[in-house]
Amino acid sequence: MTVSWKRSLIPFSVVPILLLLAYGFRTDPRAVPSPLIEKAAPPFSLSLFDGGQLNLDALRGKVVVVNFWASWCYPACYEEAPVLEGGWRAYKDKGVVVVGVNVQDTEQAAREFMRRFQFSFPNGVDPKGKISIDYGVYGIPETFFLDTEGRIAYKHVGAVTGKVFSDQIEGLLERARQAGQERGKPGRGA
Amino acid sequence: VGRKGIICFVISLVIVAPRAFGASSLEEDVRRISAELRCPVCQGLSVADSPSRMADQMRDLIRERLEAGESPEEVKAYFVERYGEWILLTPRREGFNLFLWILPFLGLAGGAAALVIVLRRWKRHPAAASPSVNPAYLERVRREMAQDQS
Repeated sequence: MTVSWKRSLIPFSVVPILLLLAYGFRTDPRAVPSPLIEKAAPPFSLSLFDGGQLNLDALRGKVVVVNFWASWCYPACYEEAPVLEGGWRAYKDKGVVVVGVNVQDTEQAAREFMRRFQFSFPNGVDPKGKISIDYGVYGIPETFFLDTEGRIAYKHVGAVTGKVFSDQIEGLLERARQAGQERGKPGRGA
Repeated sequence: VGRKGIICFVISLVIVAPRAFGASSLEEDVRRISAELRCPVCQGLSVADSPSRMADQMRDLIRERLEAGESPEEVKAYFVERYGEWILLTPRREGFNLFLWILPFLGLAGGAAALVIVLRRWKRHPAAASPSVNPAYLERVRREMAQDQS
């Protein structure tokens, strides 16, 4: 009787350890969830390579893609560069803006990178890393998808693929359409 | 000249000393805060120990925020707001973290309690170590030994 009672204790001690190990081995220690999701995107003013400043606040009402990149980030930044440029060209007339933030780079290498991939979307430099720290960036590349209200809807770590880009953009444009229809309904807020 | 020199020295000391002490305390704060923060681009290194450019930028930002009048706690809270609790090398002792902090002590206490119980049992039943024998088997051995002797 005592022995069977003791034996029944074994699963009680082993199962939680196995569950803990299973959970630990399934999670990626490098994937750090951002606490900024669904929160207002930190504002910034970006010094553009083409001259002038880009203020994030001025883009309110548009879906904004903020991409942190560097010319030394190989191969991920090289893989996603055509996706970002293609996405910008496909969606720029639909209320979408792609903004590139170059970090921890040299100006010459960054310009060469932009020339190579024929970047036509606004790109600027974050010389002191303030913008990237403000966005909790811990690796390059990282991409933030902002809704039309200026909130961070999604953060992507690593190279953005065409599917990720279009899925996120379509989702946010749809969300904006629905919000517009809600606002347009008569009697709301009265 | 000697008196003038002494006066100049005292005046410069009065002007420079507080700044020097202030600066060292600012650098101490920067060092202390950055030692508590994880370098985001490194493997298990603090911002204070990392030679990476990002850690350098983070140290500059810590210094800047302290100079702007923020307290060390406010500076740390800023980084937690941006990166989450993950950025702290030593997790805060609250909520689920608190449970993780006390778990090893609970384990030790449980082990000690189990040890005490076992030792007490051994003390109470010193002969318990002798193995129990099947009476039928014992009887058979006795019988066979008796047969051998006869």
